[in-house]
Amino acid sequence: MSEFRMPSLGADMESGRLVEWLKSPGTEVERGDIIAVVDTQKGAIEIEVFEDGVLEEILAEPGEEIPVGRTLAYIRAPGEPAREQRAAEKPKPESEAETPHTPSTAKPTPSATAYPPRTPGVHMTPAARRLIAEHQVDPSTLKVGPDGVIGLSEVKAAIGAAPTPLEARPKSKARGIDPGEMRRAIAAAMMRANHEIPHYYVTLTIDMTRMMNWLAARNAERAIEDRLLYAAPLLRAVALSFAKFPDLNGTLENGAFVPADRVNIGMAIAVRGCGLITPAILDADRHDIDTLMTKLNDLVKRARGGGLRSSELSMGTATLTNLGDRTADGLMPIIFPPQVAIVGCGQISERPWVVEGEVVARQLMEITFAGDHRASDGRRGAQFLSHLASLLGKPEGL
Amino acid sequence: MAQEYEKIVKDALLSVAPDLEGEEIVPDETFRDQFEIDSIDFLNYVIGLSKATGLDIPEVDYSELESLQGAVAYLRRRKASMGF
Repeated sequence: MSEFRMPSLGADMESGRLVEWLKSPGTEVERGDIIAVVDTQKGAIEIEVFEDGVLEEILAEPGEEIPVGRTLAYIRAPGEPAREQRAAEKPKPESEAETPHTPSTAKPTPSATAYPPRTPGVHMTPAARRLIAEHQVDPSTLKVGPDGVIGLSEVKAAIGAAPTPLEARPKSKARGIDPGEMRRAIAAAMMRANHEIPHYYVTLTIDMTRMMNWLAARNAERAIEDRLLYAAPLLRAVALSFAKFPDLNGTLENGAFVPADRVNIGMAIAVRGCGLITPAILDADRHDIDTLMTKLNDLVKRARGGGLRSSELSMGTATLTNLGDRTADGLMPIIFPPQVAIVGCGQISERPWVVEGEVVARQLMEITFAGDHRASDGRRGAQFLSHLASLLGKPEGL
Repeated sequence: MAQEYEKIVKDALLSVAPDLEGEEIVPDETFRDQFEIDSIDFLNYVIGLSKATGLDIPEVDYSELESLQGAVAYLRRRKASMGF
């Protein structure tokens, strides 16, 4: 039996509010299935499971605010006996469900408190028991709900805290995100990054003329919906570079760098009127440019329209922030913790450049690599940029 | 005709940025400057225009589609050259 916990969907996340379960207890689940929706500072996120099994028991109710790391449900592995049978074999105290599990970025979960004992004949939901323990409510003051169960709303009624309906939260026009909440999430992550991460920066100006000509020729032959933006080959080149420099691709955990075994590139995506979100394209180094274009388009749509998944927000190994057309020449990006590297690209613009002794007009892009000094040094960052430049200079090889 | 083209352009823009519903559009200012429209939004907007009009829009023409006024003029010209 494994515990399915509230995932950390970013360095800044402390808790999420469960919106709904999409699977009911007893249902078989497969790795990658979306089993719940959680409302976060970044809007509603679809939560996936990471193993096959049976959703055995649900420990949280819709409407409940749940800290990162707390158990949401139990998942029984295929072939494992059901919980009742197991319980009969080996009785367990109820509070065992609260054993803290500490993913690197998770805040410590509240310690197991003395839960009110189960009263025979009265069913109390686990979430309700937790709230009772947290608020030290006298169980005798609780009224049983209309369904014969003491749930969250009954406990909240007893402690005088009416549940806040989700609809009551202010929302922006973009997929129900509260702009204030999103700004707070960005602020928390970036304050942490600026406090904790000893950043270094290296920059390189890259001649993108060949890339842009290659793309224009390619796009001229294609139907409009199959055309590529330069963001797609750029993403591929960045992903291949991180694959080539595994010492820059990963996370910092308890002060030590842990290389990732895949390349999941977080993409900084602006959400109009709200801020920024950095969901990742998983295994970005394993997809060709056309696939990356499709994935990027899909990711941008979901970042703005809803439907981002927990894996995309929790499994990034490095980030790319691409300012795009008619913005600014360059930027000094801030690393998204616990990652250790971010690549920032300015706009591409025509500027004077020296080629074989002659000053000529070329399409130039300034790329900045920000690294975490706890994991690498500027020289390594410079090597990374040099490799990236060589890939971008030979677009037909990408 | 101009009104019809204006509706096509507005619909294509709103389909990529539904949150702009009800916003006032300044006709001669680019969508990018007014509404934080980025390259991906813009590409999808052009795809929308192409689908709505049946026109094949080459990439070199994209710059003409960046404002409401520019896009309406472009659609009118292209359609006129097709004999409509």
